[in-house]
Amino acid sequence: MSEHNHYYDPADLKKFGEVGKNAKELGEKFFSWYGSVFAEGALSEREKSLIALAVAHAVQCPYCIDAYSNDALEKGANLDQMTEAVHVAAAIKGGAALVHGVQMRNIVTKKTM
Amino acid sequence: MTRLSLVADRHPLASTDEQKRRLRTLPLVKSFDDAIGGTAFGPRLRATGVEVFQINVGRKCNQACHHCHVDAGPDRTEMMPDDVVDATLRVLEGSSIPTFDITGGAPELHERFEEMVERGARAGKQVMDRCNLTILRTQRYAHLPAFFAKHRVEVVSSLPYYDESGTDAQRGDGVFEKSIEAMRALNAVGYGVEGSGLVFTLVANPVGAFLPAPQKSMEADFKRQLKRKHGVEFTRLITITNMPISRYLEWLDRSGNTEPYMNRLVSAFNPATVAAVMCRNTISVGMDGRLFDCDFNQMLDLGVHAAAPQTIFDWDQRLLDQREIVVENHCYGCTAGQGSSCGGATA
Repeated sequence: MSEHNHYYDPADLKKFGEVGKNAKELGEKFFSWYGSVFAEGALSEREKSLIALAVAHAVQCPYCIDAYSNDALEKGANLDQMTEAVHVAAAIKGGAALVHGVQMRNIVTKKTM
Repeated sequence: MTRLSLVADRHPLASTDEQKRRLRTLPLVKSFDDAIGGTAFGPRLRATGVEVFQINVGRKCNQACHHCHVDAGPDRTEMMPDDVVDATLRVLEGSSIPTFDITGGAPELHERFEEMVERGARAGKQVMDRCNLTILRTQRYAHLPAFFAKHRVEVVSSLPYYDESGTDAQRGDGVFEKSIEAMRALNAVGYGVEGSGLVFTLVANPVGAFLPAPQKSMEADFKRQLKRKHGVEFTRLITITNMPISRYLEWLDRSGNTEPYMNRLVSAFNPATVAAVMCRNTISVGMDGRLFDCDFNQMLDLGVHAAAPQTIFDWDQRLLDQREIVVENHCYGCTAGQGSSCGGATA
């Protein structure tokens, strides 16, 4: 893929607000809820930002990784904390794959002598 | 290797004209002038008075921080001459301005630094010293914590992060460790100790091209981490946004961050920060006696508005109290997000 011909364009991140096009009311509801989700609450803004960063890696969303790498810095997180957050995501992803090995084992146990 | 100033490097950005050209030609969606024009403070931002009398006594410093907006360093030698010091102290002593804010470079390196502090304190001013901490660990200046305590000076010191890697990346190798030692020396005479009344303020600015974290949450982190890991205390923490000028601008350019950073500042423009930006209640005196709206304007050679007196030698506070503030695109640095000024967040 050439630099100018790819699915993910960093400039598209700025168009996030356009997801409300053709569905204005739903878009407004989404962004209102989104804003409330990330506001200081039982969890701090920084904790929420680190969770978002971890989830961004789990769902492998380059826009989200860009947005929440910057956001976590602006919430006072450092690279050690952000790296640990990514490891949490990786551990859950890895663990989720491995725990399915139980299913594999169940099937194989049933099918074999 | 000791870092050189832009001046010593003969870097193009050592020229204030080149810095201004760079900032004026960035493709921003809106100039700062237009942004202010769209607020209740438009069309022209004006001062509300002079409550802070800030003087920049010189470029000489024992450190050479990567982001320094003054381009200060050990290779710089320019310091405020005697006639300007004399005129500055006369104006201060004859005024009712409550706060006397001394900055540099490392202001302690000025030969008349202690006289400035003594005369400011004697005149009943709240004296503030913008101290880089490491200077207090040199033999010649080790007596300063006690001197500060005697004159009830507020010590204001930069510490960008509560760990070594963040601090040293911005301020130079070994700075964090020496800063902690200096904090211990300040704590030993009562600075940062509850009930002492001696105010020790830390200033945290981002180690990179992003906005500061919320001031209150950073203060809580710094207090917890510095106490737990190093046993040191301070009174309060303020956050300051990095201003896209001088050495920080050079780093932004070199790292390809100039446009994204400026766009971040512009997108985060917050009208609620404007009421309390420092230029509205501060006057900044340069080494040569020229007057500026703030230390950043001073470093860009943007003097006060032409309708106001231009130097300390023709001081007229009535005219300065109501002057129009000179703004350019770097001013987005003080109005982004939670705002930023010499006193920290403004919104």
